[in-house]
Amino acid sequence: MADITATMRVFRGDGKNGTAVDYPVPVAPGMVVLDAIHSIQAHQAPDLAVRWNCKAAKCGSCSAEVNGRPRLMCKTRMDSLPLDQPITVYPIKSFPLIKDLVTDVSWNYQVNKKIPAFKPRPGVEWKMYQRDVDRPQEFRKCIECFLCQNVCHVLRDHDKHEEFGGPRFFVRVASLEMHPLDGVSRIKLLREQLGIGLCNITKCCTEVCPEEIHITDNAIIPLKERVVDEYYDPITMLFRKIRGS
Amino acid sequence: MTSKYETHEHDVLIIGAGGAGLRAAIEALAQGARVGVVCKSLLGKAHTVMAEGGLAAAMANVDRADDWRTHFRDTMRGGKFLNNWRMAQLHAQEAPDRVRELEQWGALFDRTETGDIMQRAFGGHTFKRLCHVGDRTGLEMIRTLQDRGVELGFDVFMECTVTRLLRDGDRVAGAFGYWRESGRFVNFKAKSIVIATGGIGKSWRVTSNSWECTGDGMALAYEAGAELLDMEFVQFHPTGMVWPPGVQGILVTEAVRGEGGVLRNNKGERFMEKYDPKRMELSTRDVVARSIYTEVKEGRGSPHGGAFLDISHKPPEVVKQKLPSMYHQFKDLADVDITKGPMEVGPTCHYVMGGIRVEAETGQSSLPGLFSAGEAAAGLHGANRLGGNSLSDLLVFGRRAGYAAAEHAKKTPMPTLDTAQIEEAEREVLAPFERKEGENPYSIHHDLQELMQNLVGIFRVDEDLRKALSELEKLKERAKRMRVEGSRLFNPGWHLSRDLHNMLIVSEAAAHAALARTESRGAHSRLDYPKTEDEWGKKNNVIVQKNGAMTLFEVPVRETPEELKKVLAEDGGK
Repeated sequence: MADITATMRVFRGDGKNGTAVDYPVPVAPGMVVLDAIHSIQAHQAPDLAVRWNCKAAKCGSCSAEVNGRPRLMCKTRMDSLPLDQPITVYPIKSFPLIKDLVTDVSWNYQVNKKIPAFKPRPGVEWKMYQRDVDRPQEFRKCIECFLCQNVCHVLRDHDKHEEFGGPRFFVRVASLEMHPLDGVSRIKLLREQLGIGLCNITKCCTEVCPEEIHITDNAIIPLKERVVDEYYDPITMLFRKIRGS
Repeated sequence: MTSKYETHEHDVLIIGAGGAGLRAAIEALAQGARVGVVCKSLLGKAHTVMAEGGLAAAMANVDRADDWRTHFRDTMRGGKFLNNWRMAQLHAQEAPDRVRELEQWGALFDRTETGDIMQRAFGGHTFKRLCHVGDRTGLEMIRTLQDRGVELGFDVFMECTVTRLLRDGDRVAGAFGYWRESGRFVNFKAKSIVIATGGIGKSWRVTSNSWECTGDGMALAYEAGAELLDMEFVQFHPTGMVWPPGVQGILVTEAVRGEGGVLRNNKGERFMEKYDPKRMELSTRDVVARSIYTEVKEGRGSPHGGAFLDISHKPPEVVKQKLPSMYHQFKDLADVDITKGPMEVGPTCHYVMGGIRVEAETGQSSLPGLFSAGEAAAGLHGANRLGGNSLSDLLVFGRRAGYAAAEHAKKTPMPTLDTAQIEEAEREVLAPFERKEGENPYSIHHDLQELMQNLVGIFRVDEDLRKALSELEKLKERAKRMRVEGSRLFNPGWHLSRDLHNMLIVSEAAAHAALARTESRGAHSRLDYPKTEDEWGKKNNVIVQKNGAMTLFEVPVRETPEELKKVLAEDGGK
C-alpha cells in the first residue's frame, strides 16, 4: 500500500463545542488507527487529546468510535477500513467529553467501589482446580476498555447511570460470585444497586468486547438466574416470609 | 501560604500505581497510615498490566526441589554478581508469601493437577518457577492489587503528573504536579514519599514500554538530590515484534520459549546452540538478545531483520490456551497465525536494572523520607534481570517500602511546604507556553529515541557513548527552547514536554554510566572492552547531581556473607 494517504476525520473539541477536523495521514504497512492519531499529534496537532498506554490491546485505554463502531484504536488496522473515504474517529459516547477523544470515565470507578471485594469462606483450603477457575478466569481477562458500557442501551440511550452498573461490572461481580472459594453474596447488590433487571440481553456488549468475553451468556444470564432464584423462587419466598426477613 | 493551590495531605504519598506502588500503598494502609496514590494514567492501566509471562517465586509446586537458595543463586548469577545480595536474598525468601497473599486477595492463577498454583520454565531459572495466568499475569496482578487498595480505602489521584519533589530542609516534604485533564496545579504534602514510577524505555525508538515509562521518578529523585545506581544496565528483551513497522518493539513474551518455542535463523539453524548450548532458548535475556542481534548483523536474519521464533510444533489448542494474547496479537496486528508458522522477533528495549539507590530492607533512598521500589529502584537485579523477577520484585519491595514509609511517617511531624519552591516549579512547567516560537517536543523526542537507539544500544563503544553525551547536550539546549501550542486542557504536547525533561536526565545517566564501565557484564556489552573484569565486579556506578552537574562515582559492591557465598558456589538443580 505504497503512497496511500488516508483522511482522518477526527473530532476536536471539548464538552461545550466541537467539530470534526480532517487530517491527511500517509498510511504505512500494518498501521493501526492509533498510529494515525499519533502521526497527527507529531506533525499536525500536538494538542490532540487521546488516551493510550500499551498499544497492544492489553490496557484498554484507547477506546473510540471508528467509522461509527466502538473499537480499540490500537487494534484497528487501517487496511481493514475503506481508505477511499474519510475515516471518522469520535470519542465514546456514553460518557461526558473532556476533550477531543478523551472522556470522563470516572463514573465507572464509582460503580466499582460498590462491589464488595473477594472474601474467602472461613477455613477454606487453598486448593483450586483448573476446571473450577476456567469460568472466572474468562471474566478476569477484562481490560476495562469500557466499550461494553459505551454500547449498552441502558446507559447510552436511556442514561440510567444512577441505577444501573453496566456490563463491565456484571462481569466483575460474576468473577467474584463464581470464584470457587468466595464467601460473599452480591445478589442483593445486583438487584437493588446495579439494576441487573434493566438489562434486556441484546448482547451488544458481547459483540464489542475486544477480549471476546461472553458477557451476556456467561456472566449476565447466570447472574440474572441467581437473582431470580434468590428473590422469586416460591420456596425461598415462603421461607423468608416465615423467618420474617 | 499555599492557599492559592489545591493541596492534599497524607502520611505516605505514593507516586506511581503499578505493581510496586499499589503493593506499597496496601502495606502503608495496613500500618494505619493515610495514603495517597498519584498516577499519570487511569488506575489499572500502569505498565505492569503488560507483564505477560509470570511471577518468579520458589513455591516448588511443580519442581519439588526448588527453594529460595536456588532462586537466590539464579538471580545473582543472572545479575553477574553485581546485585545487592541482601535484596536478592529477601526477594527469594519472601516471594512465595507475596504470591499466596495475592491468591488470598482473589487472584486466580493457572492451576496444577493437584490444585496448586501452576509454575512454568523461564530463562535463567533452574526450576519451573513462574506463577502465571496464561500470558496475562500482569493484568491479574494489577487488578488484584487495585481491588485490594480500593477495598482498604486509599485516595487515588488519577491522571496527575508530578513534576517536582518539594523539600523541607534536607528531607522530602511533598510534591508539586498538575492534573492532566484540566492543567491545574496541585500540591501534595507528605511525611514519606514512595517512588514507584517504573522504567525509562521511552527514550529508545524500539521499546516494549508504554508512553508512561519516561524515568519520571528517577529524574524527580535525582533533581531532589538522591543517588542513582547502575544506570548503565538497560535490558533489551530478545523478543519484540519487528513487523509491521507500527508494532515494532511490542513484547513477545518469554513464555513462548518457556512453553517450548525455538529460535531459528534464515538458514533454519537453531542458532542458540552456538551461543549457549546448555540452556539454548532459555538462556538469560542478555545472551539471547545479543545472539539474535549477531545473527541479523551477520546476514542470517529474517526478512524484516529479526529471528524466527516458532511454537507451531505444539498442538494449536495448547498454544491458544497458554499464549492467548500472543495468538491474538500476531493474528490481529501482523497477519501471522502462530499455531501454523513462526513469528519474526528481535531485541526491544524493555527494562532498566538501574534506578534510585536504596537500602535493601526498607527501600530508603539517600534522601530522608524518600523511598523507592520496583523498576524505579536499583539493586536486586544487578547487571541483568531474569524474566519473572520483576513482578516478584514489585511485590516484595513494594511491601517493604510501604511498611518503612509508614513507620517513618509515625516518627515524623508533618513538614511545611515552601512557596518559593512551588512557584519555581510552576514557572518551569509553564515556560513552554510562554515562548512565541520554538520547536515542538515531538521532534526532540524523535531525535532522542534515534540517538539512544543508535549510540546507547545493545552493543556500546567509547566513541558512540561520547558522541551520545555531546548530542544529549544539544538536545537539552533544544528542549530549553521548545514551545507548546494550545491550552492547558488535556494537552499531550505539553505533557510530553515534561516527560522529555525526565527522559533527557535518565538518558544522560545511562550514557554516562555506560561510558564509565570499561568492561562487558550482563546487559552492558562494550565492543571495545569485551571481557568481564574482576575489578569491575567489585563496584557499582553511582550518579548524583553536584552543583547542577551530573557527577559519577564508584561504590564497592556489598560483600556477600560467607554462608551465602557457599550457596552461590553450589551447583544445585538441573
